[in-house]
Amino acid sequence: MKERLISFLLFLCALVSIASLAIITFFIFQAGLPLIFRVGLGNFLESSLWNPSGDPQSFGIAAMILGSIWVTLGAIVVGVPLGLAVAIFSAEIAPPRLAMLIRPVIQLLAGIPSVIYGFIGLTILAPAIRATFGGPGLSVLTAALILGIMILPSIISISEDALRAVPSAYRDGSLAVGATRWQTIWRVLVPAARSGIVASVILGMGRALGETMAVIMMLGNALQVPRSPLDSATTLTSNIGLELAYASGAHRDALFATGVVLFVLIMILNILANIFTGRVTFWQRLSAFRPAVFNGRAAWRRRNT
Amino acid sequence: MKRQHSQLVAFAGLWFAASLTIVILAIIIMYILAQGLPYVNLEFLTGRPLEQGREGGIFPTILGTLALGAVSLVLAVPLGVGAAVFLTEYTRPSPLTTIMRFGTDSLAGVPSIIFGLFGFIFFVTRLHMSWSLLAGGLTLALMVLPTIIRTTEEAIRAVPVAYREVSYGLGASRWQMVRTVVLPNALPGIITGIILSFGRAVGETAAVIFTAGTALNIPTSILSPTRTMAVHFYILAVEGISLQKAYATGAVLIISILAINVLANALITRSVSRAVRR
Amino acid sequence: MTPKIEIDQFSYRYGDEIALNTISLQVQPNTILAIFGPARGGKTTLLRSMNRLTEIGEPGTHSGRILLDGQDIFAPGTDIATLRRRVGMVFALPVALPMTIFDNVAYGPRMRGVRSRSQLQDLVQSALQSAALWDEVQDRLDTPAQALSGGQQQRISIARVLALEPEVILLDEPTAALDPISTAKIEEALMELKQQYTIVIAPHNVQQAGRIADDAAFFLMGECIEAGPASQIFTMPRDRRTEDYITGRFG
Ligand SMILES: Nc1ncnc2c1ncn2[C@@H]1O[C@H](COP(=O)(O)OP(=O)(O)O)[C@@H](O)[C@H]1O
Ligand SMILES: [Mg+2]
Repeated sequence: MKERLISFLLFLCALVSIASLAIITFFIFQAGLPLIFRVGLGNFLESSLWNPSGDPQSFGIAAMILGSIWVTLGAIVVGVPLGLAVAIFSAEIAPPRLAMLIRPVIQLLAGIPSVIYGFIGLTILAPAIRATFGGPGLSVLTAALILGIMILPSIISISEDALRAVPSAYRDGSLAVGATRWQTIWRVLVPAARSGIVASVILGMGRALGETMAVIMMLGNALQVPRSPLDSATTLTSNIGLELAYASGAHRDALFATGVVLFVLIMILNILANIFTGRVTFWQRLSAFRPAVFNGRAAWRRRNT
Repeated sequence: MKRQHSQLVAFAGLWFAASLTIVILAIIIMYILAQGLPYVNLEFLTGRPLEQGREGGIFPTILGTLALGAVSLVLAVPLGVGAAVFLTEYTRPSPLTTIMRFGTDSLAGVPSIIFGLFGFIFFVTRLHMSWSLLAGGLTLALMVLPTIIRTTEEAIRAVPVAYREVSYGLGASRWQMVRTVVLPNALPGIITGIILSFGRAVGETAAVIFTAGTALNIPTSILSPTRTMAVHFYILAVEGISLQKAYATGAVLIISILAINVLANALITRSVSRAVRR
Repeated sequence: MTPKIEIDQFSYRYGDEIALNTISLQVQPNTILAIFGPARGGKTTLLRSMNRLTEIGEPGTHSGRILLDGQDIFAPGTDIATLRRRVGMVFALPVALPMTIFDNVAYGPRMRGVRSRSQLQDLVQSALQSAALWDEVQDRLDTPAQALSGGQQQRISIARVLALEPEVILLDEPTAALDPISTAKIEEALMELKQQYTIVIAPHNVQQAGRIADDAAFFLMGECIEAGPASQIFTMPRDRRTEDYITGRFG
């Protein structure tokens, strides 16, 4: 009896945990979709006129979408090579002690609040960029550089796991036929870890796309389509973050509609990442579902090794 | 020889990347501490802010941060640990658990501004909680839930199967087994997850600012609005109220995050060395 | 004499892999039955089936019956916890739970709901005595059990089962990970225990089976090739394959 009650309570915990995703989705869509229907999805996405309190009102988020794309791609350009290099370093060539040092470094990078990153961009990087290249300083370049650092933890940890998961037979086989360590890494290990690395990049994109406060602090928040990396811009997130506090009526609805677009983009990235990391675990389990055999063998292997 | 040469260049690049990452982290921490620590003193930590924070201290925001972190954990920990126990000990892999995992994984990827939007429309507006500790805490709880579920699941998986068999073999029921074997042995890992979640609550801004508000008073009830350190720091910096106070607040923020991470790491190494000794 | 345990046409399969194929066997009370044979013969599966430990983690399917005192242990409504208290299991690898020696041995009774400290103390003491461990640990019952040696930990495992006051004890290669001296101690303890309990053991090797068993059954690839009194099986086996295995001619 008590057993039954407890397992029911635990089931409820699990249910609430996933239901929360559904509830979040529902309320964001409920608040944002009506406006998208009213304005028309095409208009909403393609117009770069954003004047939610003007007369006539206009709700076009094209400038923000482009801003988000610029900033996200910029962050990827900065973060992926650096992150992948660090991942390879700590998985393959770092002396064990150094590899042990890198873990907490990554963890700290992930733990530093995004407002601190934004502040660094605002007070160190933006003035430096203004002085070196001209322009307003608060720019796509500034945001991309800092966001590139902010996404390092996702990229490093997931890529590193993927690299470490490559069976050591691959490594040994390659070395045995006379390849150098670097050739082994680049031609054998990295390709073998490809899906995990791609997933890390996708998740990094998600982080960059979703970052809000740091971007507000670094990007200049100019409602324009950036023409060069030195221009100010605005993104889907920063626009929501800046205007939500005082928006009302259709304006507020438009911010939720922006949230819907952001949410859909993020979910697409999530699903893509899941396809890449969890090819075996997720999709196979769901499609070719064979619980008894799968579970039994796994448990049996664990027992006998 | 050309092969050796390109290996040399490549390895030099990798060393450089790793050093660069460490240096970047060091610069961020050093810079904020160097600029901010000189202004941090007991008065700053225990004083009330004056003139929007241009003068005075940050005491209410420290309290606000602790309170908000506590509220969110009180809600998220039982829920998350319960969910993780259910997923690992009470189910066999099934379409349901697969969907549940996908749900929690996706929740982990949802950006904090979306949580902010949701908390704002649902807790603040729809449920009439207004800007409050409760609304902020609920929002944050949802946000840290995936962290707690995942760290707990991992900690539970690390408990040897043999312990479970012994326990069941001695006539324990499922819950007795979980209570006496799984949970005690997974505890260090679970606590690590809780500490890391607290760290997220401390550093979060976007989800908090629209749900807990920005009021600079000392929170007196679960329905008081409140301002956390991170939000305070953001407002000081963005609204140009006081760069000096911003640095000082940033320094306190960084030190808190450092402390939280050191604590979490100490626990991880302890549980690892325990696992090795056994 | 009515058998303590009667295995009746019992089969077990993991997915489509047949681990046990229509086994029929009887175990008389207060005897030691040795189930022996090469690895993957189904010994572990049979032992784990006898207190339904097969049901955790690895959902295979079974057919046939296993009767304990004439009652089918798979009958609907059977309380699994009670069954596992009546039929205790000792695993191949010594596993001390990460708690004190006392708490390890008191674990089973506590799960059954025994709260009284003095009652627990009595149970722990007599269990440790029967497992021939009391003298070695009586003055450090409050120290972590995992600090003990492998042989001691395996005797802890036995004591833990004895504290349940079971009727049947199952042992799955209990000395596989132990040195000869610890092995001898455990074998000695088993010889004592059969006065009170019915014992089914998958021995570590044929010699061990020969030393302690009253009855023996030879298992090969999920089949019970032959079963009978140990004296007969080990001196004049009826089946060619049993003989090959006993004399070490087995591939
Ligand atoms: N959990 C399991 N999942 C799948 N197959 C298993 C499992 N456990 C045992 N088997 C299979 O069942 C057969 C009998 O194994 P087992 O009972 O362990 O034999 P023994 O103890 O005699 O070595 C073997 O073929 C083995 O591969
Ligand atoms: Mg076996």
